[in-house]
Amino acid sequence: MAPELLHACGLESGYGRVQVLWGTELVVREGETVVLLGANGAGKTTLLKVLMGLLEAWRGELRFAGADIAHTRTDRRVRSGIAYMSEIGCFPGLTIEENIRIGGQFMTAAALRARIDELYAIFPAIAQRRKALASSLSGGQRKMLGIAKALAGNPRLLIMDEPSAGLSPLFVKEVIRALEGFRGQGLSFLIAEQNVKFLELADRVYTLEGGRIGFEGSVAAMHENDALRRAYFGLK
Amino acid sequence: MPRWLRHTLLTVVPVIAAAALLPLGYSNQLLLFNFVVFLTLAQGVNVIYGFTGYLPFGYVGFFGAGAYGFSLCVLHLHMAPLAALGVGAAAAILLGLLLTPLLRLSGAYFAIANLAASLAVYQVVSNPNLENITKGPYGISLSGVFNPTLAYSVAVLILAATLGLAVYLRNSRFGLSLQAIREDAISASMAGIDVVRSRTLAWLLSALVAGLSGGVFAWYVSVFYPETVFSPEFSIFAIVFALFGGVATVTGPILGVIILYGIYNAIGISTPQYFQLLYGLLIMGLVLFLPNGLVSLFKRWGIDVP
Repeated sequence: MAPELLHACGLESGYGRVQVLWGTELVVREGETVVLLGANGAGKTTLLKVLMGLLEAWRGELRFAGADIAHTRTDRRVRSGIAYMSEIGCFPGLTIEENIRIGGQFMTAAALRARIDELYAIFPAIAQRRKALASSLSGGQRKMLGIAKALAGNPRLLIMDEPSAGLSPLFVKEVIRALEGFRGQGLSFLIAEQNVKFLELADRVYTLEGGRIGFEGSVAAMHENDALRRAYFGLK
Repeated sequence: MPRWLRHTLLTVVPVIAAAALLPLGYSNQLLLFNFVVFLTLAQGVNVIYGFTGYLPFGYVGFFGAGAYGFSLCVLHLHMAPLAALGVGAAAAILLGLLLTPLLRLSGAYFAIANLAASLAVYQVVSNPNLENITKGPYGISLSGVFNPTLAYSVAVLILAATLGLAVYLRNSRFGLSLQAIREDAISASMAGIDVVRSRTLAWLLSALVAGLSGGVFAWYVSVFYPETVFSPEFSIFAIVFALFGGVATVTGPILGVIILYGIYNAIGISTPQYFQLLYGLLIMGLVLFLPNGLVSLFKRWGIDVP
């Protein structure tokens, strides 16, 4: 089994006096794609905020690549190899190239140049419009730009908050295809989603219910569980 | 040719050449000096507003701090003007450091808090009880160091350095980080940018620009009252000029100053009623049709504006 990259254990957190996470446990291994399923209000975004350091963990352990990051500042977590892609994904007021440059702004100039060319080769649609403002892109293209921006800094783990949000099914497919291309390159993914389409990518699934991990296992195991099947796939 | 060099050749070089050569053939040096001061201040606003997104309604506070830091050193310590200029700059940076907590605010809240801060500094400086130190409301007279020719040259050097800073921000990762913060500070931190450090640095750089500018202004005019160097007009003019031309570029604030301050000097003093009308119309037209400033026209045509 590949070594653990991200390890969260007994995480508790919330807003003010309102506790949202109740001892959440989660592991992402090197090269693994993990999908975190949960309905609205299950605590997905809160968990991602704690992982990124936007919200303090009240209790619990958080390690990345062996190092304790529970009290590390957000930008340092990013520099240590955790990239994050929000629902919006990019800075609409900046150009496409500027967006990607920001994603890799802590690399050397030559490495960044090479990385940008690599990403342009993978995403030709945005490469054609590199000087245009990101706000001029369609929703699907913005997600592609978001992925390119997040990957510009050569992260080890990409955390994504609902990449399907605001996309038509056709574009969801395109995003999944784009992510598929990056699998098997040593990069790990943690994808928080409501859309079960993303299970196509998953090596492992977690379900989050009321701030606690409900299920952990493979997609096949999830299908075998009647309650989960009804809750997430809408099947009888 | 590297982009920064092209930008320097297109903006810094012509502006500085004009500022250096015009006094040879044009006798109203005070007018040229005021242009140089506003070109500098508009770029200072550009650093903190255009690139970083904080609207500094109290920007004049740094200008006044620089003017008083300079003057008090000359008056009480008999410092040489160039050394006193350094103290003026330090005073502005110190004020900037004192005000860093304001950067936690955003939008209108920051603008109002910054305005209040500049008024507070003005009240302290003009307090009659501090007459022994600041001369209170009675103003400053520095006849001993009066040297407009040298002060003008130093002002041009300060402008050159400020334009250089703007070119750097336009072409560097640091400038890009600031623009990411302007767009969305949380997303910027999640792209690996140290938001607090970057925005503080931008804030202090823009304070430094205004402090140097205020110091050299005090040196040039030599006689002034607190309300002269703390006049809200400095903040408003610098902001309007920068916005009119287009922020987050080097060219925008330059164009704004040349056009609007040019009109102000051409007709603002002789026929203020027409000037106000024209100003109002110009600014309304701009806000309606070119909210990102004059330079957005060029950008629309696909030209890379320095």
